[in-house]
Amino acid sequence: MSTSTNGRTAAKAPGNDKLAEAASWLDDRVGLAALAKKQIRKVFPDHWSFMLGEIALWSFVVLLLTGTFLTLWFKPSMTEVTYNGSYDLLRGVKMSEAYESALHLSFDVRGGLLMRQVHHWAANLFIAAMLVHLMRVFLTGAFRKPRELNWVIGSLLLLLGTLEGFTGYSLPDDLLSGTGIRAADGFMLAVPVVGTYVSFFLFGGQFPGDDIIPRLFTAHILLLPGILLALIGAHMLLLVFHKHTQWPGPGRTNDNVVGYPLLPVYTAKAGGFFFIVFGATALMGGLFTINPVWKFGPYDPSQVTAGSQPDWYMGWPDGALRIFPNWETHLWGFTLSWNIFLPIIVLPGVVFTAVLLLPFLEAWITGDKREHHLLQRPRNAPSRTALLVALMTFYGILWEASGNDLIATHFHLNLNYITYFNRIMVFVGPVLAFIITRRWCISLQRGDRDRLLHGYESGIIMRSPEGAYAEKHLPISVGEAYSLTARDREELAPPPSAVDGNGVANRRARGEGLRWKVRHFWFAHDIEKPTRAELEEAQHHADHELTMHEDGHQHLTESGYTGDYELDGTPADGHQFDGRHDISGDELRKGH
Amino acid sequence: MTTHQEPEPGNDEAVATAAHGTAPAVVGDPIADPGLPPHEPRPTDVDPHAERRAERQVATLFGLSTVFAILFVVSYFAFDVGKKPTVIAGYGASNVALGVTLGLALLLIGVGAIQWARKLMSDVEIVEMRHPASSSEQDREDAVAALGQGISDSGIARRPLLRNSLIGALAALGLPAIVALRDLGPLPRGDLAVTVWKKGMRLVNDVAGTPIKPEDVEIGQLINGEPAVFYEDKPDGEPKFEGTRLNDAKTKAAIIIVRMQPGDITPPKGRENWGVEGILCYSKICTHVGCPISLWEQQTHHLLCPCHQSTFDLADGGKVIFGPAARSLPQLPIMVDSEGYLVAQSDFTEPVGPSYWERG
Repeated sequence: MSTSTNGRTAAKAPGNDKLAEAASWLDDRVGLAALAKKQIRKVFPDHWSFMLGEIALWSFVVLLLTGTFLTLWFKPSMTEVTYNGSYDLLRGVKMSEAYESALHLSFDVRGGLLMRQVHHWAANLFIAAMLVHLMRVFLTGAFRKPRELNWVIGSLLLLLGTLEGFTGYSLPDDLLSGTGIRAADGFMLAVPVVGTYVSFFLFGGQFPGDDIIPRLFTAHILLLPGILLALIGAHMLLLVFHKHTQWPGPGRTNDNVVGYPLLPVYTAKAGGFFFIVFGATALMGGLFTINPVWKFGPYDPSQVTAGSQPDWYMGWPDGALRIFPNWETHLWGFTLSWNIFLPIIVLPGVVFTAVLLLPFLEAWITGDKREHHLLQRPRNAPSRTALLVALMTFYGILWEASGNDLIATHFHLNLNYITYFNRIMVFVGPVLAFIITRRWCISLQRGDRDRLLHGYESGIIMRSPEGAYAEKHLPISVGEAYSLTARDREELAPPPSAVDGNGVANRRARGEGLRWKVRHFWFAHDIEKPTRAELEEAQHHADHELTMHEDGHQHLTESGYTGDYELDGTPADGHQFDGRHDISGDELRKGH
Repeated sequence: MTTHQEPEPGNDEAVATAAHGTAPAVVGDPIADPGLPPHEPRPTDVDPHAERRAERQVATLFGLSTVFAILFVVSYFAFDVGKKPTVIAGYGASNVALGVTLGLALLLIGVGAIQWARKLMSDVEIVEMRHPASSSEQDREDAVAALGQGISDSGIARRPLLRNSLIGALAALGLPAIVALRDLGPLPRGDLAVTVWKKGMRLVNDVAGTPIKPEDVEIGQLINGEPAVFYEDKPDGEPKFEGTRLNDAKTKAAIIIVRMQPGDITPPKGRENWGVEGILCYSKICTHVGCPISLWEQQTHHLLCPCHQSTFDLADGGKVIFGPAARSLPQLPIMVDSEGYLVAQSDFTEPVGPSYWERG
């Protein structure tokens, strides 16, 4: 901090006195120049996948803006009124004030329907973007030390965002949303011991009562967004503090961050991206109908529509609920509804906790305590990638199961068989996905290794004197070779022995042994990058192949032919890459 | 190696980097870092025409955005909503026009800003060094010392009486916080186990509230029903049930009335007299999580819940034959009153709707 007291020496940018004056005025009062000088030109690396979290961030801002607009007209009240608005088909129908105001917003407020639809689209986008961002972070290993806590915050954001979505789409009090609340009441009632009390306290008595909409409204517009905002703030602060991860490459190491400055490049790119997200959701709100509440009618606990489904992110627990066996236990005068409690209360809790703990689980397996700022390609962590794909498969099967009735009617399939199929696939699918993905990753690793050792496929086919054809491989650039090898070697220590070197029993051997087994399972099949010696050997081999003898002859050792034969010696005629020429000076590929 | 960067004013890290470069490791594993490739200039960096063209593009995008913002205002006033909305090609013109103009006004600002950044702002990459997330050893020691000093000054360790009484007081504050929420709702006192049905109450259809005679119900037909009390008025002319109270009561009392060939029905023990000439009455509320059920398959006598596909066999005491529901649909015993209308023999003999802990 400047020790100056006259306020005239601070923040003087050359040739810009007015800016300096304004900065001085501010710094005299808040003194942020020391922080600002670092952050204004803070460097962010560039990659398309870093944009996913940004979509989530900006769609949240869109939600705040459109949501505020909606609150100006929406009435969170369950008081019964008779509809007398613009929509002919419901005139004279008794409904809650909440539903009436949702209709009023949709039909009588200019831009009201647009804002409702933008809000709903942005909510779906918000949660989708968070989920994809989470997968990106996991697949690239961006969750590793020192970023574990930001992973935890991000997972909480996903959970709270889901709850925020549920409380939001429950507000209009139409037939579909009311059916959702009815089911949620059934979930609560299934909780052992306290379930009935939770339900009565939440609904202010029996379902539906007249308290639930105002209470969900408070949660939806105050409580949950407040927590979301605070967590998003913490998420961003940690991002700035840690500096963004980057892909390895020439000049891009674990100790630096290479990219463009916040001002002006990322201010323009990220700021511009806000307008793109807002613009895209506005177009969707204008062109694509979502949640047409007027078609569903007001909530009536004795009515339901076939094909009732929650928003997409609620699908997977709903699918679990659909395929779960109908187990219920009656003990000592009490009822335990396993068929509801396990799939809809316990399972999401377990899955969420598992996701929350993934970084710590992996750190335990690897025993890695270093800081990681370089991203990993998914193929270079085959078991991790396979684990995520297994989780995605689990999620996907359950999600698909939540549409079992629609699949049955659209594809003319037997609903019961679909359900039996899902009951098996929810267990078998993730295992298959794990095995396939891991083998796939390992093959890709082999491909990378071949590319390093033998070069890229040039597309030039050579014919040997015996008549055999082979494709010529040419060396890849140093930059690409460096990027491909910029990863850690996963070296497996030998299994821990029960006694140490002095013959003293190792008390932790049992735990360490388990950890060694898991680590072995995790890494043992990975393909390591080539060593320097292997690379040099391959290089030597290739050089030899391309070396031209002084007499104009060249060996083609790979084809098995050991003799010499004539070269024509003419310059570039289309045949110069036939392997009989020294190509060191030629431009083989035009730079793109 | 060449990193092509200007020293950043005020950014010590970047200056330091520019001076030293990201020195490639002497021996890489297996390849040494070749360092950042040299900066390739873009057309807009070297060609003044390209630069001016990019500038014009961006300005055009921003200009078009302004045009769409104005068109939004025009659409707002030009197209009606409400009782006589402007409809063009079957679509509500107001929503489409407002969405498209607002969307394009926003998108064009975004596209323009990004085009500006990509074409005209410096694309020279800057290198910033990272630091470990942790503080220096000295800072850590100082922080721990300060913490220790503070704790020791407070005397919280030396005065367990103060510490424990404070913990007790704070814990006791949890009680008001919890108790204050007590009035969120009444305690459940068996409300879930009873409905408004009672002996002699007529079954009416849920459209007009008309009572039903057995001869009105055809074989294979399903009628959505309700108790007649929902359509009755109090002596002062007000309905007995309306608004929220009606919904509360309906949640438990909604029924379905089906008629099957008497020979197809296998009534559970003790329920032989619960129907009238093959007409049976069941709760409409699914025993799974409480959705109303009405997908009726008359050939098989199966009733399917549209929410989670539990299937009940109404010819077989409402037994679950498929899906996640664990309990049969509760059956309402019915008979015919003196005027020949279907009425309830009693309330349901078991709680309707989803299971709950105290249900037994």
